[in-house]
Parts: sequence; structure tokens; C-alpha cells
Amino acid sequence: MNARMREPRGRLFLTILLALFLSVVPLPAWLDDVRPAFLVLTVLYWSIAAPRAGGIAVGWISGLALDIFQGSVLGQHALALSLVTYIAVREHQKIRSKPVFQQSLIVMGEIFIYEFIVFAIDGWTGHTLYGPLHWLQILTSAAIWPIAAALLGRSHAPR
Amino acid sequence: MAAYGLGATNRRLTGHGSAPGFRFTLYAIVSIVVMVLDQRGGWLNQARFLLQAAAYPLQLAVSSPSAAWAWIKETTQSREALRAENTRLRLRESELALRALNYEALAKENAQLRGLSHALPPIADRWLIGEIVNVELTTLRQRLLLNRGTTNGVFEGQAVLDGWGLLGQTIHTGPWSTEVILVTDPEHAVPVQIERTGLRTIAVGAGNEGTLALPYLPANADVKVGDLLITSGLGGVFPAGYPVARVAEVHRDAIQPLAQVRAVPLARIDRDREVALVWFKDERTNNPDIQPQPTPAQPKTPATSAAAPQGAAAAAPTVPAKATPPPAAATPPAAAPVKAKAAPPPKTPPKAAPEDEAEDAVK
Repeated sequence: MNARMREPRGRLFLTILLALFLSVVPLPAWLDDVRPAFLVLTVLYWSIAAPRAGGIAVGWISGLALDIFQGSVLGQHALALSLVTYIAVREHQKIRSKPVFQQSLIVMGEIFIYEFIVFAIDGWTGHTLYGPLHWLQILTSAAIWPIAAALLGRSHAPR
Repeated sequence: MAAYGLGATNRRLTGHGSAPGFRFTLYAIVSIVVMVLDQRGGWLNQARFLLQAAAYPLQLAVSSPSAAWAWIKETTQSREALRAENTRLRLRESELALRALNYEALAKENAQLRGLSHALPPIADRWLIGEIVNVELTTLRQRLLLNRGTTNGVFEGQAVLDGWGLLGQTIHTGPWSTEVILVTDPEHAVPVQIERTGLRTIAVGAGNEGTLALPYLPANADVKVGDLLITSGLGGVFPAGYPVARVAEVHRDAIQPLAQVRAVPLARIDRDREVALVWFKDERTNNPDIQPQPTPAQPKTPATSAAAPQGAAAAAPTVPAKATPPPAAATPPAAAPVKAKAAPPPKTPPKAAPEDEAEDAVK
């Protein structure tokens, strides 16, 4: 119980809100395709760093929020994000012990899974949310992971 | 990694190997159920409505950078620029006022000619200006968010116009906000008519290029670059006769049965800041002008051809534009008014006279 009190819930909430903001803020079309998946990165970070603070619920709720903002089928991003959160929470100790470069690769795989689920549900529902260039964001997200993790780590590391 | 400062709390998780798996299964099932419900039949409309309301503050925050930029640009505009704009707008305003006068006269004349003085072609009954809060113009999604919602009376499937043409229609409404799907969205199609020939077809959004495609025109269809496309009124969402786009490119391929036609929307999709949500006269079910009309019109024998479409339109007020506009705007207008002209004078002789005067006065 004692440990529970120290969970960084407030910072988790704030950073996720900020990430959601960054994910939906309108950008020019060419920039939009390479915009890193800020929300996924943040959720992944918290599920690795503090899996008990939020866990899969955080992923699911953030995904639902993204669904509302993007006007997609409700549950689409929620399902994708809760799956990658689940993987991250389950393997958080292994991921955490890896050097940053390898973490980036793992994040790349996670975001690929995420994108693939979103893409598959698009196909099922007959909507088209993203173009083919959107897959580029897997690379940009992986590239930005070390910076994002460092910034987020600074936000809650014990002083 | 040193950044993860909470190792102590997480060590306890090792005992819970199966818990995350169970919880994930739960969330996955919930997601799938929600998706199915949302996709089939829209049972989640109420939930979406509430969630949209909850999301609105953040959506406002998201649009704040561009709003701030627009504000800065506006406040730092020079006096000369403002004055020039002012004179330009004043000129345009007087021009539009004149045109409105002319339009009223024409509408009356038209109604009189058709003998349908109570069933004018759908005219905008009420306007509501909405401000664009957020714009999403990506390759595959062309959407707007407006700062008007159901508290202002906005409903789903409402036509949205700007000063130049048709912009789109509303798809998701929240209490204070509304999502608009633009005519250029690839998931949007609008029934149109080529103004010059009356040929009806469907214009489908082409996404990021900001154009519309007319994919269902045969290669020998009479369509030329520069043709104006107007709404045909079929489908019941948009009223007939509103300008949509101008044909920009016609490509005929000898081996393809269909012509490839592109049109550029007249609405200034990427420059608008305010748009109009429109209520049309006969979209309202409680319109007293239209309901009583079919009963006296039907027994009248000489005007049957003109009265029939009107009766059909009045009988189904929810899909008003379906029956009337195509015969009126297409080739037969020469025949219809002649027949109708004989009918109205005995019907309403005192009413016709002042209308004639009004027209003469304007001319």
C-alpha cells in the first residue's frame, strides 16, 4: 500500500494529456505523416516505468480518447493501444534493462503492432484513416524514443 | 536505465504474471464490443455525444495555436490594409444587396410561372454562422470541427455552406461542437447535376488534392471543362440548386467506358474561418405553407403535370428535394410553365397582380 502512494499518477495524467494534445494538434499534411505517435510513446513509457500506476487501463482510455478526437470507430485505437500496453507491462522488466538503442527497436516493434491493428480495423470497417505514408511514423517514433524517455524520466524520477 | 526510478514498486508485480493477461483480454473484449456496436446501427450515439462534449475543451486547446496566430495576424494588420478591406467589403455588400433584390423578384416570378407559389424551391430558411475550431485536411480525411452543437439546434446530416458554395455536411454532433465532413473527403459523395445540361451524377471527394471526382459519367457524356455542378437534391440531405464545384479536367480514354472528370469545389475550403449551417424551409415538418398544398392541387386537372411533383414533395417532407428539382431544372421547363401559367390566375387572381408590380418595380 505504501508503494502505491508513490505512483506518479498525477504526472502520468498530465503527460498523457500533453501527448494527446501533440497527437491531435493540426499540422501541415507533409508533417502529419511523420509526426511521431506521441501518445503511444508516452503510454509505453509509463507502462514500462510504472506498470502499476496505470497499466492497461491507461492504454485503453488514451486509445478511446484518440478515437474521439480522430472520429474513428470507437474502440479502434483503444484496442490497439491496450494490446501494446499489455505487451509492455508484461515485459517491462526485460525492456527496462535494455540499453536505449535496443529499447528503440522494441518500441519500433510495438508501434508496428499498433499501426497494424489500426490498419486492420480500418480494413474491417471500410474507413480509411491514414495513407500509406503514415507507416513512416513507426520510424520517427522509434527515433524520438530516447529523447521522449529521457524527458519523461526527468518528469518523475525521485529527486 | 537510471531514469526509471520506481524499481521498488514494480518488483511486487512479478507475482502477478497472469493478471495483466486477464485484464488485457477484458479490455480487448470491451473494445471489440464497442467497435461492433459503433459500427452497426450506431447504438453508441449517446455515448459519442457525451464523449464529444468531454473532448471539446481539449479540442479548443488544440486549435488555440492557430487561433492565436490568426488573432496576431489580425491585430497587427495595418490601417491601410483594413481600410482597403473595408471598402472592398462595402462594395461587395451593396452588390449582394442588389442581387438579393433581384433574386427575390426572380423567385416570385419563378413561383408564379410554375403556379406553385407555396412550394418555392428549397430556400435557406435559417442560417447559423459557425466558427471553425479545428481543421483536419489529410490525404484521406477532410473534416472540420465547428463551435456549434445540438444546443444551437444543429442536427446530423445538416448541409454546411460558405459564401461560395457547398462545403459539406455534419456527421457527429456534440452539445457544443459539430464535426463536418467536407465534400472533398473520400468518404463523402454528393449528388450533383451539371447546370448546363441537367445531367445528374455523383461527385465523390478525392481527398488531399482538394478536388472532387465524377467517377460515374460515361465517356460520351456531355461534360466540358468549366461546367458548373449544382446539387441535384437527390438523397434528401442537400437541397437542389446550390453550387458545388466547377469541372476542371475532363479526360476521355478510348479504352475506358467511363470519363475521368475532376472538379474543383467552389467553397473556399482551406481559407474559410466561418461557415454557415443551414436549415431549409421544407426540411421542417411543421411547415404550414407546404402541408395544405397537395389537397387543393390534386383535383385541378389542367395543371397536373406541374402539380404532381409538388404533391410528391409535400407528401414526404423529410426528403423534400427528391421529386421537384430534377424535372424543373432539366430540359422540360419550357413545357411545364406554359401549362401552369393557365392555372394560377383563376386560383389566386389578387395575389398575382401585386407580384407583377413588384417585379416591374425592381426591373
